[in-house]
Amino acid sequence: MRDARILAWVLADPARSAQLKPHQWTAMLTIAQAERLLGSLAHRLAGLPVPEAAARVLERARLSAEADRRQALWEAEMARRALAPLGLPVILLKGTAYAAAGMEAGQGRMIGDLDILVPRDRLDDAEAALLAAGWEWVKPDPYDDAYYRQHMHELPPLIHKGRDRMIDVHHTILPLTARQRPDAAALIADAVDLGNGLAVLSPEDMVIHAAAHLLADGDLSGGLRNLWDIDRMLREFGEAEGFWTRLLERSRKHGLTLHVSRALRLCHHVFETPVDRYLAWQGRRGDLFYVGRLLARNGWGQETAKLLRQAFYIRSHWIRMPPALLAQHLFTKWRKGYQPIR
Amino acid sequence: MKRAFSVKVGPMAFRVGSAWADPVAALERLYAGYPKPEDGIPDFTVRLEPEKPWRRWLRPSVAIRGDYMLPGAVPVSLAHGLLAAEMAMNLQVAMGERRFLLLHASSVERDGKVLLMTGESGSGKSTLSALLGEKGWRFMGDEFALIEPETGLAFPFPRPVSLKNEAVAEMQRHVAAERFGPELLGTPKGDLRHLAPPQSAIAGMDVPGRPALLLFPKFGLPRDVRPVQESEVFVRLTQASTNYTALGERGFEALTALVKAVPARAIDYPDTATALDLVESLWSDLA
Repeated sequence: MRDARILAWVLADPARSAQLKPHQWTAMLTIAQAERLLGSLAHRLAGLPVPEAAARVLERARLSAEADRRQALWEAEMARRALAPLGLPVILLKGTAYAAAGMEAGQGRMIGDLDILVPRDRLDDAEAALLAAGWEWVKPDPYDDAYYRQHMHELPPLIHKGRDRMIDVHHTILPLTARQRPDAAALIADAVDLGNGLAVLSPEDMVIHAAAHLLADGDLSGGLRNLWDIDRMLREFGEAEGFWTRLLERSRKHGLTLHVSRALRLCHHVFETPVDRYLAWQGRRGDLFYVGRLLARNGWGQETAKLLRQAFYIRSHWIRMPPALLAQHLFTKWRKGYQPIR
Repeated sequence: MKRAFSVKVGPMAFRVGSAWADPVAALERLYAGYPKPEDGIPDFTVRLEPEKPWRRWLRPSVAIRGDYMLPGAVPVSLAHGLLAAEMAMNLQVAMGERRFLLLHASSVERDGKVLLMTGESGSGKSTLSALLGEKGWRFMGDEFALIEPETGLAFPFPRPVSLKNEAVAEMQRHVAAERFGPELLGTPKGDLRHLAPPQSAIAGMDVPGRPALLLFPKFGLPRDVRPVQESEVFVRLTQASTNYTALGERGFEALTALVKAVPARAIDYPDTATALDLVESLWSDLA
């Protein structure tokens, strides 16, 4: 199996699994595990006839995703209790948000850290409240700590000492050093209250955040899963009256039109997602590199396309930092003997 | 991957890909009597790869990779490639299994009833299970006991026994030479040699049994038997389980049911003859 296309092909239309031969099942399941999409695949294949051996693998993934979901929602509740005295709504981001809002994107999804969004002027209060409730710093290096506070969109990560779970407290959705400046106040103002002290971003902002996370931040590691989130959201929200118009206006407001447009095209290309033609038409160069990177894994679960991966790794630094800051950052890391973990 | 090997052991199947021929040849010899995965689809994939591209030829070292990986896992020398494969397969089960509650325990069966033995490395649980497997019991596994939460049954996982240091000579007194794997000297776990289980263990790999007795053996002390309180058994088994937490409520229910249903004893023994005698006498007390 040359790349992860077989997984995308079956995720988009699970009935296709009936055509798979054993070695294709093996490749697909292995790739899904490596891309953290096995739980999503299990959800998509639920109720369809599958070979007995594959059913065992999928059952494990289903149980694992169920445990992730329960733990993620509990962790959200713990954060809510810690922040309640501040009168702050806990705005959930990414996986926990999808699970809490009962969205299709949350079905079977593996969920790791808890990501929340708070207003930047309340960041110090939130930090103090979390520290008082048992969360602790995990970045002991003063340079890393200072870097996060000056340049990042989130506090340095905190881990709860009793439950060993990580929380990322964001005040916006992209690093402060990125070329784009999303409107964090608007994200918070238009968040949707879930009625239990928790909130999620508006549908349009959720899509925009996922697109920004995929394309304006990072080297596309785990990108296929992030793209799958976007596919699920576009299919779930796309039917609503005026969604695509609101998505376009909102993307412009956050200065992320090109990223959202590219995310739509990649979704359509990889998962056959129905998308708005006009919004998807903004700046089309280089899509094939992205597709190649997103699918760069073989049937043994090994990473392929080493050069392309390297190029996206370098790009991830370039897009997140102005050149002078990047040079300074690399010099500091080099002096400390830091090597990127590949 | 250059070479590949696959095998079914009890309720799960493995696929091992290797950048070198030797580890796969060793696996094929050691697992000669085992079935292949049904439908050709494995539960877990393992990859034995050079840690860095040039380490394929230059001082070859095997990185342990697969569906589940431990960040910072130390690579193993190619001479110990078989050990790397075995460790990698164990790692997949330890980190990936969710259907069964995993106990780091050896197990043997007689008359449909299962004896579980758990303890730290060096307690002798592997050697004891292998010995009992040669003396009228059905060997079920020396590494993981698989408890099905819904039924409380123990399922076999009869992989080759990993014998360490003096245990190798002990077993050579009881078992024909052709069932032993290659000598692996000076591994991170000491001198090591694998022992293929008896044919009866492989033939019965799909037949579960009901747990009837739990022992905490300890080698190197004068003969002694002590009851162990339920609360202590519970805590020790949570520590002996690699997926107790991941199973959540199912894990808790399965473990409490096991602790309440199965009598537990700590046994100390100075030599294997004493241990076998203790096991037989405790077992006959059950009836």
